[in-house]
Amino acid sequence: MDRRALVARLLADRGDLMVVTGIGSATYDVAACGDHPLNFYIWSGLGCTPSVGLGLALARPDRRVAVVTGDGDVLMALGSLGTIGVKQPANLSIVCLDNGHYSATGMQPSATSAGIDLAQAAAACRLRTEAVSDLSRADELRTLLHSGQGPIFIHARVDADDQKRVFPSRDGVAIKHRFLQAAGTPA
Amino acid sequence: MPRREREKRLARWNVEQHVHSAGQIGWPDRIHAVFRRHAIRQVGYVPDTGHARLIELCIKDNAIKDVVLASEAEGPGLVLGAALGGERAALLMQSSGVGNCVNTFSLLKNCAIPCVLLVTMRGEFNDFNPWQVPMGSITEPVLRHCGFQTYRIEREEDVEPVTDSACRMAFGGGNLQVALLLSQRMTERNKPEGH
Repeated sequence: MDRRALVARLLADRGDLMVVTGIGSATYDVAACGDHPLNFYIWSGLGCTPSVGLGLALARPDRRVAVVTGDGDVLMALGSLGTIGVKQPANLSIVCLDNGHYSATGMQPSATSAGIDLAQAAAACRLRTEAVSDLSRADELRTLLHSGQGPIFIHARVDADDQKRVFPSRDGVAIKHRFLQAAGTPA
Repeated sequence: MPRREREKRLARWNVEQHVHSAGQIGWPDRIHAVFRRHAIRQVGYVPDTGHARLIELCIKDNAIKDVVLASEAEGPGLVLGAALGGERAALLMQSSGVGNCVNTFSLLKNCAIPCVLLVTMRGEFNDFNPWQVPMGSITEPVLRHCGFQTYRIEREEDVEPVTDSACRMAFGGGNLQVALLLSQRMTERNKPEGH
C-alpha cells in the first residue's frame, strides 16, 4: 500500500482534527497532504509521539487527536502503548505506517521485518486495533479516526519505498503558536 | 528494634487505593497544594517511594489527571501534548529517571514548553544502594545541560516557597523548564528501610 495515498485518505476533509506526526517519514507524509495549522510536527525524540498524543488527548477531550507515525517510533514507544491503555483516551488514534524499515536513515530493516507484530502489541495494551495492508477500508478507517471510540491503533502495512521528502517548518516555537491559535487555546 | 517501632517505620499498603504510602506527611502535601494553586492539570510519574504520598494525593485529586508512565522518557512528550491542549503539567521522578529523559527533554527546549519537574534524589545521603550513585551524582549537571533551571531543596520549610517559585518561573510567561531536586537527606527520614 502506498503510504501517502493512505494518509491522504485518512486526512481528507479533516475538519478540526488535531494531528501529531512522528519524526521522519511520517512527518513528510502528512506534510505532503498540505501544511495545516492543526499539524504538530515532531522533529526530535524518536519514541515520544504517542505520549504527545496522549497529553493532548487528555487536555482536549472535546477534540479528536490523531498520531501519525512509523514502526520505528512505535517500537521505541512500546511502553507508552501501555500508558495509553491505562488511560483509555476515547478521542485518541494512532496510525502506524509500518514499512518494516527505517526509511529516513537508509532503509535498514526494523524489528517488524522479523515478524514482530505491533498490532498484537497494541491490542495487548487494550487499544482498539485495526490492521490493514491495502486501501480497501480507507474510508471506514477515516470515519474511525474522526469519530470512533478510542484509543484506536491503525496498523497499516505500507510499501518500503523512500519517497520524496516534504519538509514542513522545523521551528518548534512557531508551529506551537500556530497550533495553539488554530486550536483556540490561550497561550 | 521493637516490633511496634519497626512497623511504624515500614511503609503502609493502602489496599483500597492500590498505592504505597510511606507515611509521609508535610512536604508532599505542600507540593500538592502548590500544584492546585497553579492549576496544574496533568501529572506524569514513574512510581517512587520518595514521591509516594504526592502520587497518592494526585491520584485522589479529581482536578488532576494522573498518568503512570512506563518510562520517564514518555514524560516530556506528555508535557508537550498537555501544553498544546492548553493544560499545565508536572513530572515526578527519581534521579535515575532523569537519565532516561535526556533526549526527550529536547522537545521542551525546542518548543519552549513550560515544565516543573520534581526529582527525588538517590545515591547521595545514606542510600542503601551504591548502584544509584553514578546517576544521582550527575543528575543536576545533566538537567542543566538539558536546559533546566535547577534548585536543590534541603529543608522541608523550603519546599513550598521554592515549588511555588518554580511554577511562577515556568508558567509565568517564561516558558522555562524548572527542576527541583529534593535532597535525599530531606526525604530519607520518611522512607521505609531499603528504598
